[in-house]
Amino acid sequence: MTTLQTVFAKAKADNRAALVGYLPAGFPSKDGAIAAAAALVEAGCDVIEIGLPYSDPLMDGPTIQDAVHRSLTNGTRIADVMRTVEGVAATGAATLVMTYWNPIDRYGADRFARDLAAAGGVGTITPDLTPEEAGPWREASAAAGIDTVFLVAPSSTDERIQAVVECCTGFVYAASLMGVTGARESVNVAAGDLVKRTRAHTDLPVCVGLGVGTGAQAAEVAAYADGVIVGSAFIRRMLDAPDEQAGRVSIGELAREMAQGVRSRG
Amino acid sequence: MTHDGSILTAADLAGNGAHGDDPDLRGKFGVFGGRYVPEALIPALDEVAKVYEQARTDVQFLREFDHLLRTYAGRPTTLTDVPRFSEQAGGARVVLKREDLTHTGAHKINNVIGQALLTKRLGKKRVIAETGAGQHGVATATAAALLGLECVIYMGAVDCERQALNVARMKLLGATVVPVHNGSKTLKDAINEAFRDWVTNVDTTHYLFGTVAGPHPFPEIVRDFARIIGVEARRQMLELTGRLPDAVCAAVGGGSNAIGIFHAFIGDEGVQLHGYEAGGHGLASGEHALTLTAGSVGVLHGARTYVLQDDEGQTIESHSISAGLDYPGVGPEHAWLKDSGRATYHGVTDDQAMAAFSLLARTEGIIPAIESSHALAGALELGRELGPEATILVNLSGRGDKDMGTAMKYFNL
Repeated sequence: MTTLQTVFAKAKADNRAALVGYLPAGFPSKDGAIAAAAALVEAGCDVIEIGLPYSDPLMDGPTIQDAVHRSLTNGTRIADVMRTVEGVAATGAATLVMTYWNPIDRYGADRFARDLAAAGGVGTITPDLTPEEAGPWREASAAAGIDTVFLVAPSSTDERIQAVVECCTGFVYAASLMGVTGARESVNVAAGDLVKRTRAHTDLPVCVGLGVGTGAQAAEVAAYADGVIVGSAFIRRMLDAPDEQAGRVSIGELAREMAQGVRSRG
Repeated sequence: MTHDGSILTAADLAGNGAHGDDPDLRGKFGVFGGRYVPEALIPALDEVAKVYEQARTDVQFLREFDHLLRTYAGRPTTLTDVPRFSEQAGGARVVLKREDLTHTGAHKINNVIGQALLTKRLGKKRVIAETGAGQHGVATATAAALLGLECVIYMGAVDCERQALNVARMKLLGATVVPVHNGSKTLKDAINEAFRDWVTNVDTTHYLFGTVAGPHPFPEIVRDFARIIGVEARRQMLELTGRLPDAVCAAVGGGSNAIGIFHAFIGDEGVQLHGYEAGGHGLASGEHALTLTAGSVGVLHGARTYVLQDDEGQTIESHSISAGLDYPGVGPEHAWLKDSGRATYHGVTDDQAMAAFSLLARTEGIIPAIESSHALAGALELGRELGPEATILVNLSGRGDKDMGTAMKYFNL
């Protein structure tokens, strides 16, 4: 199993940023999600985040909402998410689950952490779990030996950044802008400042997500971050593709462009 | 009224703290409430909490709120004895708190005026809000027009169609109405979309939340602004009957009108508190909004509370003939009142509510909102249980003008 520590150490040794790709489980189909993630890994993604589809994704923009809605309509369950993690982890990529808190809460924190570890998952990203409420999940994750990634945002005060990074293991997720997920014309300049402020509080790798959609943007972010997170841009291509096969080819192309980007450190 | 002629004091707004009923520093009522939101929103929630904390005891803020409640919203609202209706309630004396007589026709006006004033104090010029039936949207658009704020209302596309008249009202008041096409296209999705707007525009925008749900400090703020209902009613009941009521009844969707009338009575141990949720087509049908009665504890829209959810935490769509009660979550303070046993919650089906709706119209000449009709139906049953000696206070939270389309269809008028 590839750990996050290994991934970031290797990227650092190569003098590049790591490339992190996001796809929801069950989209475009249960098996199609595994195949799509494998295409991303083959094209150069170091880390894969598997999204756990949730009925009320209030941090997500229209692209991810659409994919998640389709996944839930396909009948995706947590067992399918775990199977997806298992399939993706088998490719050799470090595999995380990104999820809103309620599905874990309902499933049981200890049980979820154990099942995720058993599936070969290395951790979770929980965008609506704040440090104040994170205690039980941190304990469950530590017991199961998986990492916990939380988010900082441009609006975060230094005090909040400190509180968030204290809860993080693996890496810190820096949201580049004030807004929801989705590719943007340009990456917010606030992202660089946020990464700098975050580094003042932690030695953990800091990855930047929200709004990255092109190889050039990946290169721009790679200049100051340890990792570049891409989600909506991949999903957009899959939604626009005529079939699953074409979608895989298309996201493979984009991932290769991004992989080159994180190696050029514009 | 207080001796200086105002209807509101700092204690009225904030309570006197004697019941230990403010949430703790993390915004928790017992294990309920808190904040389950993106980190990006935490500073904004902190700011709202801080500014509100100052405002709730600030004489100037209270005066301004009081002034608008009296001269604009039409407070204090009266109590009305309904003897002919009471005959069907086992002879118990049913008394209505007439929130239906406020400007815009429902209790929602209290909260929106308070929060619109808070928006100005926050130095923000734009408000956004979610709405189901359109009542909170209309109230927000009204307060925004009054105070010169830009106003954007998110409303499920299905609701926009069901409540076309309210969409027109909001537009007339100068608001922009954005139909929400994702998810179930109803209230919960409108809330999701409003949060997405807020996280994007938080520097300029206040999210004028419409009920006692959501992340801290919304459950506390909305409660305090609605609290005037119970404060007045308690005083008025003592004047009218010489004693406190035996029971207080209110409809519960998100729960703001219910908390509004319950809160002043929480310390009065002899007063029963009864909340009535929308039973839709009945529990067995699976088509209902029985969040407290049949839901389970989870997290929705930023707070830990009772939720209608499946075994894996996916929200289940609710159903009710009344759009205002059609919500799969509920305010965390209600969850706390339920678990502590201080309040009791029941289900009232669409048919029971519509029967009470019709009964009040025919016996008393008052057409209630279908939401409020759930509380009326509850009072009919409770009266038969408590007997003719009992006095029951019902929050008539809104008027039924907006429900004429539904009533025409239901009764074949």
